[in-house]
Amino acid sequence: MKIGTPKEIFEGEARVAMTPDSAQALQKLGHECIIETGAGVAAGFSDELYKAAGVEIAPTAAALYKAADVVTKVRPPTETEVKRLRKGQTLISMFYPAANEDLMNKAAERGATVIAMDMVPRISRAQKMDALSSMANIAGYRAVIEAGNNFGRFFTGQVTAAGKVPPAKVLVVGAGVAGLAAIGTATSLGAITYAFDVRPEVAEQVESMGAEFVYLDFEEEQKDGSGTGGYAAPSSPEFREAQLAKFRELAPDMDIVITTALIPNREAPELWTEDMVQAMKPGSVIVDLAAERGGNCKLTVMDEKIVTDNGVTIIGYTDFASRMATQSSTLYSNNIRHMLADLTPEKDGKINQNMEDDVIRGATITHDDAVTFPPPPPKVQAIAAAPKKPAARELTAEEKRAQEVAAFKEATKQQATLLAVGAAVMIVIGAFAPASFMQHFIVFVLACFIGFQVIWNVSHALHTPLMAVTNAISGIIIVGALLQIGSGNWLVVILSFVSVLIASINIVGGFLVTRRMLAMFQKS
Amino acid sequence: MSIGITSAAYIAASVLFILSLGGLSDQESAKRAVWYGIVGMAIAVVATVFGPGVQNLFLILVAIAAGSFAGYYVAGRVQMTEMPQLVAALHSFVGLAAVFIGLNADIMLSFVNDLKASGVAITDADLTGFGERLWIKDSVEIAILKVEVFLGIFIGAVTFTGSVVAFGKLAGRIDGKPTQLPGGHMLNLGLLIASLVLGLLYFNGAGIWTMVLVTLIAGFIGWHLIMGIGGADMPVVVSMLNSYSGWAAAAIGFTLGNDLLIVTGALVGSSGAILSYIMCKAMNRKFVNVILGGFGGTSGPAAEIEGDMVPIDADGVAQALNEADSVVIVPGYGMAVAQAQNAVSELTKKLRAQGKEVRFAIHPVAGRLPGHMNVLLAEAKVPYDIVLEMDEINDDFPETDVVIVIGSNDIVNPAAQDDPNSPIAGMPVLEVWKAKQVFVSKRGQGTGYSGIENPLFFKENTRMFYGDAKESLNTLLPMVD
Repeated sequence: MKIGTPKEIFEGEARVAMTPDSAQALQKLGHECIIETGAGVAAGFSDELYKAAGVEIAPTAAALYKAADVVTKVRPPTETEVKRLRKGQTLISMFYPAANEDLMNKAAERGATVIAMDMVPRISRAQKMDALSSMANIAGYRAVIEAGNNFGRFFTGQVTAAGKVPPAKVLVVGAGVAGLAAIGTATSLGAITYAFDVRPEVAEQVESMGAEFVYLDFEEEQKDGSGTGGYAAPSSPEFREAQLAKFRELAPDMDIVITTALIPNREAPELWTEDMVQAMKPGSVIVDLAAERGGNCKLTVMDEKIVTDNGVTIIGYTDFASRMATQSSTLYSNNIRHMLADLTPEKDGKINQNMEDDVIRGATITHDDAVTFPPPPPKVQAIAAAPKKPAARELTAEEKRAQEVAAFKEATKQQATLLAVGAAVMIVIGAFAPASFMQHFIVFVLACFIGFQVIWNVSHALHTPLMAVTNAISGIIIVGALLQIGSGNWLVVILSFVSVLIASINIVGGFLVTRRMLAMFQKS
Repeated sequence: MSIGITSAAYIAASVLFILSLGGLSDQESAKRAVWYGIVGMAIAVVATVFGPGVQNLFLILVAIAAGSFAGYYVAGRVQMTEMPQLVAALHSFVGLAAVFIGLNADIMLSFVNDLKASGVAITDADLTGFGERLWIKDSVEIAILKVEVFLGIFIGAVTFTGSVVAFGKLAGRIDGKPTQLPGGHMLNLGLLIASLVLGLLYFNGAGIWTMVLVTLIAGFIGWHLIMGIGGADMPVVVSMLNSYSGWAAAAIGFTLGNDLLIVTGALVGSSGAILSYIMCKAMNRKFVNVILGGFGGTSGPAAEIEGDMVPIDADGVAQALNEADSVVIVPGYGMAVAQAQNAVSELTKKLRAQGKEVRFAIHPVAGRLPGHMNVLLAEAKVPYDIVLEMDEINDDFPETDVVIVIGSNDIVNPAAQDDPNSPIAGMPVLEVWKAKQVFVSKRGQGTGYSGIENPLFFKENTRMFYGDAKESLNTLLPMVD
C-alpha cells in the first residue's frame, strides 16, 4: 500500500502527519510512502530529508491523492479534501465525527474508509496511538511556556545579591493528560504548583508530579472516571459551588492559572469566573486550554491573547501543539505509524481492516460505503481504575451456624469412615499375622500417629530443617547394620560395614547442617 | 549391657526423637530440639554397640569415624542454596543402607537355615543377636520376615536411585526437564508387577537372586519415576523420598524386630508424607498427578492476555521504593539460582532503616525444597519474624505500596484464580497484583518452568525489571536512600 501525506491546508497549521523517521518505520511494514512537496517544511522537515528516507515527493495535492491508497493527515479534512477521496481509499486523521457529521456522510458516500484518530478508544493497548493524549501532553507543556513568556517574574524563588524573588504560584485546574504535563513542567521550572480535579482518585498522580492537590470540604460520593473512558463526568450544582468557593479563595494568591477542564461532547464548564479574574494580581496570566470549546473562563477569546483592565493576561490559543510543530509532528506521526502497524498485522504491506478489533472498530467512522459511527462500546473497559466488585454477601448468623454444623458433620463422617477402614485393616492383619509381628505393629501404628500429630505443628518456615533432621534420624538405620556386622559371613560384614558408614554420614551430616540452619534464624 | 537396659535406652531415644520433631514448631525451641535429636541418636548408637550380640567393634569404630568425618566435612561446606541436593543425597544413603541390610537379613537367614539343617545346637552356633533371633523364628514368622525383607529392599532401592536422580536434577547435573522412556508409566507398572512376581517366588522359597533382581528392578523404577518429574515439582519429590526413606527404615525395623527402628522410621515416614501433602495442596494438584508427572488435562484454550510487558530500569524501581511505605518481597527459585539472597537482605536493611515496613511472602512451594526460601533468607540474616507465609500475608497486598517479585513465576500467577482453563487453575497463589505497584525481577521474557503465560507481567501496575536478580539488585542498592 502507498501511504501519502498532503500538506495541511488549515491556516497556521504547522504539523505534518509523516516524518522521515515514521516513513522509514512504515516502509518496514511493507508500505511505500509519498508526501506532497513542502508538507513538512513548517515542522522542520525538508523534502530532501524525506527523499533521503526513501519517500516519493508528489508535486501537488491532487497528484498525491491520486497516488496514495492511504492518506494520513493531522487536521480534519475540508470539503475539497473529502471530494478528492475515492472508493477504497483510507483516510487517517483527526475528524471529530460528532461535530462533522456532514463531512462524514460525504466521505461514506464516496466509499472511502475513514479512521478518526480522535476516536481511538482509551484502553491500554491503544495508548500508543492515542493522539489526543500525545497532543494534550504537548499542549500542557506549551501552556506553561506561553504563560512564562507572558509572566514578568521567575518561576522559581531565588535569593540573590540584588534581592529576594518569591516563587511563582501556579494553579492547574483539571489533572488530565494536559494538566499533568503542565504540572510537571511548572514544578520543574520551580514554581509552587497546586492542582485541582473533580476526580479525587487522581490526587495521587498529582502529588507524584510534585504538586499539591487542592481538596474540597465536600461530602459527596464522586464517580471515578472509568465509566467515561477516563474523562470526568459533569458534577452536581452543590459540588460546583464548593469548587468555585475554593477557587475564589485561591485566586488572589495565584500568579498563573492553567485551566484544562473538558467534558466529552459538551461545552467547557465555566470554572474561572469574572470575579476571580478581578481578584487576581496585575501581571498574572491565565492560560485557557479549553478555549476551543468556549473556555473555562468566559473572558477568554479563542485564538487570541487579551489583557484585562486589571492587567491579567488571558491566553486563548488553540494551536499549542502546532506551535511546537517538530515535536508534535514526531509524536503524531508515531501515533499514525502505530495505527498502521495494527492495521498491517502481517507486516506485508497489506491493510487488514479488522472490524472485530476493538481499537480499529472504535476509530473507524466510515467503511464499505456506510457510516460506522458511533462505535459499539469496547469489549475491554477503560484505563482508569475499574469499578470495585460488589463485596461477598455477609452470611447471617444462622447460615454461618448451619455451615459450621455441616462442616462438622462432614468431618465427623470422614473421620468415622477412616477409623472404620483402619480398624478393618487391623483386624485382617491381626487374623493372619503372628503375635510377635502384632507387637511391633502396635508400635509402628502408634509411632505413625504420633508423627502425624507432631509434624502438623511444625512451622512452614522450618520445613527445610525438618527435612534435614528427619534425614539425620532416619540414619537410625545404623542400628540395623550394627546388629548384623558381627555376623560370621564376610559378605554380610562388608555390606553392613558400608551401611554403618553411610548411615553415619547421614547422622552427622544431617544434625550438623540442621544446627547450622537453625542458628541462622534470627529475630529482629 | 542387658537387653533390659538397651530397651530402656531405645525408649529414651524414641522420646527424644519425638521431642526433637515437636520442637520444630517455632524457631527458638527448634534450636533446643536439634540437641534432643543428637542426644537421642547418641544414646541409641551407644546402647546398640555395647548391647548384647554386637561384635567387630573395631570395624564399627572405623566405619563410624569415617562416616562422621565425611558427614562433618559435607555439612560444614555446603552452601545454603545447595541444601536441596544435600537432602536428596542423604536420602539416597538411607535407601542404600536399607537395601544392604535387607540383603544381609536374607543372607543370614539362609546361613542360619543351613546351620539348623546340619543339626548344630543353638548354643554351639556362633551367632550374634540377630542370628539367634532368626534361629527361634517359626515358619509363619519367617514368612512375615520375607515380606518385610522384600518391602525393605524394594522401598530402599526406589529411594536410592530416586534420590540420586533428584540429586542430579537439583544439582543441575541432569537436565531438569521431565523425560521418560517409551512406555512411560505402563513400563513402571509392568516392572512393579514383575517385582511382585519375584517377591512371590522369593516368598515360596526361591533364592537370594530374586531379591538381587528386585533391587535392580526397583532401582530402575526409582530412576525412571523421578526422571519423569519436572524441576518445579521437586519439593514434592524430595518430601516423598524423605517419606520413603522413613518407611524403608521402618520395614527394616520389622525385619530385625527392632522397635526403635520402627518408631523412628514411622516418624520420618509420616513427616515426609505430611510434607508431600502440604506441597501438593499448595499446588492444588493430586499427589498421584505430581508423581506421574505432567499437568492434568485442561478443558479449553487459556484466556487471551491483554496488554504489554513494560520494562523499567533500576532508577524507576528505586524511586518507587523511596516513595513506598510498605514493601513486600516475594522470592522464588530464581533468587536461589542467582544467589541474590544477600543483596535482598541488604535492600531489606536499607529500607527498614528508613522506617519502611518490609516483609517477605513465602509460597509453600517456592524453591526446590519445602521451606527453602526461609533458610536462604535466614542465611542472609533476614529476621524470621518479617518472613511470612502465604495465608498470613495474602490479605495485606491491597494495602501494600510496592511488591518486588524476585525469580518466581507460577506462584504469583493470577491465571490460577481468573482463568478456569489454566493448567494451574485453583492453585493458591500470592495475590501480588492487588498491590499498588509490582516489580518483577526476571532474566527474560520467557515463561516459567511450566510454560504457562503469566498475566501478572501484562498488568497495568506491573513493571518488568529485567536482568540477573543479583546484578539488578546490586545496581538498585546505591540508588535507594
